[in-house]
Amino acid sequence: MFRNQYDTDVTTWSPAGRLHQVEYAMEAVKQGSAAIGLRSKTHVVLATVNKASSELLSHQKKLFKIDNHIGIAMAGLTADGRVLSRYMRSECINHNFVYESPLPVGRLVVQVADKAQVCTQRSWKRPYGVGLLVAGTDETGPHLYQNCPSGNYFEYQAFAIGSRSQAAKTYLERKYETFMGCTKDELIRHALYAVKESLQEEELTSSNCGLALVGIDEKFEILDPKKLQAYIDSMEDATKEEAAPTEEQPPHVAAGALLTRESSGGVEVPADGDGPSPMET
Amino acid sequence: MKARKWTQFLTWSSDPSARGILVWLSSIGFEGNLEVIGRLGSSRMSGRDSKLLTPSPLCLVLPSIHTLTFLPERKLGDENRGRPGYPYVTGTSVLGIKYKDGVLIAADTAASYGSTVRYKSVERLKACGKHCLIGASGEISDFQQILQYVDKLILNDYMWDDGNNLSPKDIHNYLTRIMYNKRNNFDPLWNTLVLGGVKNGEKYLGVVTMIGVQYVDNHVASGFGNHLARPIFRDEWHENLTLEEGIQLLEKALTVLFYRDRSAINKVQVANITEAGINISEPYALKTNWDYNAFKNPTVGAEGSW
Repeated sequence: MFRNQYDTDVTTWSPAGRLHQVEYAMEAVKQGSAAIGLRSKTHVVLATVNKASSELLSHQKKLFKIDNHIGIAMAGLTADGRVLSRYMRSECINHNFVYESPLPVGRLVVQVADKAQVCTQRSWKRPYGVGLLVAGTDETGPHLYQNCPSGNYFEYQAFAIGSRSQAAKTYLERKYETFMGCTKDELIRHALYAVKESLQEEELTSSNCGLALVGIDEKFEILDPKKLQAYIDSMEDATKEEAAPTEEQPPHVAAGALLTRESSGGVEVPADGDGPSPMET
Repeated sequence: MKARKWTQFLTWSSDPSARGILVWLSSIGFEGNLEVIGRLGSSRMSGRDSKLLTPSPLCLVLPSIHTLTFLPERKLGDENRGRPGYPYVTGTSVLGIKYKDGVLIAADTAASYGSTVRYKSVERLKACGKHCLIGASGEISDFQQILQYVDKLILNDYMWDDGNNLSPKDIHNYLTRIMYNKRNNFDPLWNTLVLGGVKNGEKYLGVVTMIGVQYVDNHVASGFGNHLARPIFRDEWHENLTLEEGIQLLEKALTVLFYRDRSAINKVQVANITEAGINISEPYALKTNWDYNAFKNPTVGAEGSW
């Protein structure tokens, strides 16, 4: 982006009525690797593209559990994301201590947004350079929210942020009307398809993507690589059963056919698998 | 028990719970000689409601040679706190039971000033939000303060307007945190709260005491109700009481309390909390029976007395 004389301070407006620092912060989010979220009537799924900059490097952690009923995926400056997730965990645990009940995810999101807004109005601060996709459940069901560095928050049926998120968004826009009625496995597969779109040429394996899931009666869980690979394999089986020409091309089918295909071809991941890997906090 | 110079004090207690008082006080670090002066003639205190000796309308006996000295920060109320460490205007028992469709809570409408039944139209049952009702025994002004806290909480929750509402359990825990915190700062709210509510079909009935003890049960009582009403509940409560049976049970306990608790009066309110909402009855009188032979010609055994 071009430099101009109004972008040094977050507290300086440009003549066009913009806060450039905030917009640059949103750029940082767009540069981070993709994070995708989608929800049904019972579950919310978060998926991330885990790019390691070298073979020797292990993948960055972009999925965080905030509480048993809330988790986040981040894109952008993951260091800022860790700070925010520490704040969110603290708020959840404080709420639990006083009320002995889970903090509704919508209220937590507003608190985070207000915290981010403060950084857009103090000259000695800078905006958080991370976008969050917050997945959680409350009394009214499962929800997916996005938190921006600008201090805005939005609720979504399905969304993607980060680099090459547009490809994922296109897939989601095509399919989102079916999401409400999806089962847990179907929803996970949709998320993996969307991640595949973001990866484009690369092959989807359990080492370059991450997936997490929370539901009405299900605690937030980051799938361990084995379970994840099983889902990825089930995707390929499902595709093979279809008359689709190539593996990379996502199936172009009508919603009804999509659902029947999934139910007949999908591989069921055993419910009592190895269990979630312990959360490093 | 060894007497330490700076921690000698006097407590009023009724005999059965003297041990209870000893334990309580030693647990907050006080050791010393406990001299039980004797039961105040009109004492109506149960273990929890006993007070440390300080001038108050309830105390009518001069202090003994053991003088009252506390470490400044350990005293239960001084000018710095702006509140006395003892209650003045108090309500007596509150009773609560779960029944088939919800929760019933009852209390009389009296507030005593020591041994005088001073105010006879005090509403000790208050609805808080849509799902919850709180009844309080103990200091009435502290109850009013608690209602302020809960009011703010409910208002805040209402303003979110996001489909999420506080449940009775949330309010119960919130109050417990407040009571316990204030107790730790030697500045308690002198109440025992009975809290009941129904949300999403789930019935909730719980108690918080002035020292932050919290519990839930199918039938609860505070103050004298603990001694007089709960045995009745234990015998006669069952899972599927109808509304009429529930009210009958409560009225039976309330009548016993009116007969035996000298700060109870014959004017009671019963609140009914169901999924549909909260309904607090208008105050009404209980039927009592004084037609016993022993009450006729009371002076027959002692001419000249009354």
